Amino acid sequence: MRAELRAIGALGARSIRNTFRYPRYLGPILIFPTLFLAVNTGGAGGAIDLPGFPEVHGFLDFQLAAGILQASLLAAVMGGTGLALDIELGFTDRLLAAPIRRPTIVLGRLAATFALGMFAAIWFLAIGFAFGAIVKGGVLGVIFVILFGGLTATAFGGIASAIALKSGTASVVQGMFPLVFVILFVSSAFFPAELMQEPSQTIAHYNPVSLVATGIRGPVVSGLRASDTLDGLLGLAIIGGLGFVLSAWGLRARLRAS
Amino acid sequence: MTAIEVQGLEREFKGGVKAVQGIDLAVGEGEIYAFLGPNGAGKTTTVRMLTTLLRPTGGRALVAGHDVAKEAAAVRRQIGVALQEAALDPLMSGHELMRLQATLHGLPRAEGRRRADALVERVGLGYAKDRRVGTYSGGMRRRLDLGMALVHEPRVLFLDEPTTGLDPSSRAAIWDEVRRLNDEGTTVFLTTQYLEEADQLADRVGIIDDGRMAIEGTPAALKAQVGQPHLDVCLTDGANDHAEGVLARFGEVRPGIEGVHFQVTLAGGAGDIAPVVRALDEAGLAVAQLNLVNPTLDDVFLAETGRHLEGDQDTGEVAALSLESG
Repeated sequence: MRAELRAIGALGARSIRNTFRYPRYLGPILIFPTLFLAVNTGGAGGAIDLPGFPEVHGFLDFQLAAGILQASLLAAVMGGTGLALDIELGFTDRLLAAPIRRPTIVLGRLAATFALGMFAAIWFLAIGFAFGAIVKGGVLGVIFVILFGGLTATAFGGIASAIALKSGTASVVQGMFPLVFVILFVSSAFFPAELMQEPSQTIAHYNPVSLVATGIRGPVVSGLRASDTLDGLLGLAIIGGLGFVLSAWGLRARLRAS
Repeated sequence: MTAIEVQGLEREFKGGVKAVQGIDLAVGEGEIYAFLGPNGAGKTTTVRMLTTLLRPTGGRALVAGHDVAKEAAAVRRQIGVALQEAALDPLMSGHELMRLQATLHGLPRAEGRRRADALVERVGLGYAKDRRVGTYSGGMRRRLDLGMALVHEPRVLFLDEPTTGLDPSSRAAIWDEVRRLNDEGTTVFLTTQYLEEADQLADRVGIIDDGRMAIEGTPAALKAQVGQPHLDVCLTDGANDHAEGVLARFGEVRPGIEGVHFQVTLAGGAGDIAPVVRALDEAGLAVAQLNLVNPTLDDVFLAETGRHLEGDQDTGEVAALSLESG
């Protein structure tokens, strides 16, 4: 067990190092969501005056969850892309020939995605603080937001890994890139679901990403509330559970096909 | 003791493609065994099954005493693997990759670092150990790959086409290292499409064609089965009616082009060269060129399958002696 944990740690460290060594990996995780945050906050800041918009300190505070979610989802996509590149390069064969359990290969990648998700959360919190946002949940709230960032990336990372394992092609995983935005737009990540038009409102209501958005946003705009945290964890459980099942299926398919 | 024991090994892919069709082989402890065959013969599929990367669909294989299908983890602990097209992460340094490999094989951190240090030096990459692998040449990558396969001191080393695409000096460096490893007691199973590689390195050679073992034995024994060496004789003057009669004293003669080129099988081997030269001289026949041609593993393959090995870029027709006169 200890050897497996060391292997997960070593593989995770490798993935993180590579992300920082190769700007094409890191760029999308931070640049796109940061630009989105800037454009949204600057252009749609008046939305907080709309009837039905929740009471918040500022629109930036509300949008931080969107930035963190977006970056976490993109970290998941980049993690899946990295796994698919390993398959394309044949590096996965090297790992498969080592005396480690097969799931360790995926878990190593997910460990890195978790760390990158937390890094993205820290990045957006720093931007938020720099531009006047406050976290009502205090230090504990900050910790909660960072943890949610990591868990969100990991949960979606499972789905990205499944696609990587099944397809074995980086371009297929990168094809998820636009899908990330679609998933986010039909959730309450950017705007409260109550202010959306149909059918987006109904989709957002059932979209588990809305639950995760509540889990991340709650500590920022409302302080620590059990209901927000439970909503967030429920969303993560749904997405993570799906990711777990799909990646287990993808790994089995990959091992059969290799 | 047997390091690798294979009985009736088969692999059928989706769509009914049978890449390996019932291979039997045994490799002794401390042996270098070369698996020779053309592209698509089933070499890599066999290696992938023996290294637990691919599940056999039939037969049985034991590596280091463990069944590759039922005790895959135990097999993986005993083997080192350097696969075709050295699959290395271009963003990592050579030393980082070595350390990662050590961790994956469960070595403690300090021990892993010590072995990584020793192995990068051993494979001649000490000067480049902190450089990203993406900057390495093909030969450096292969040497690193080989070093990584050794980090846990495996009993059996699998090398899948270790020198394909390398220049002669890089190839020679890999060969030297393989010999050194074998001298230290490591069993080596290598696949190759290079005749010279099998000839130079292997204690025994198995020739595979179309998923089946065509023939197996020591290189010398296999070549001896094909026949004696022959001498290519090229005379300066054409239409030498009596040249065939002179050469016939030494073995079977095949006349060549326009009475100047002959092939004579030397019953006495290379020892017959001097008498042949003397006899031609005494008969007043001037020699333009003389080549001793030994049977090659390609001749063995040709004799067994009716085809030449593809992809071989070596001087397969080994010319042990080449004399030219004015």
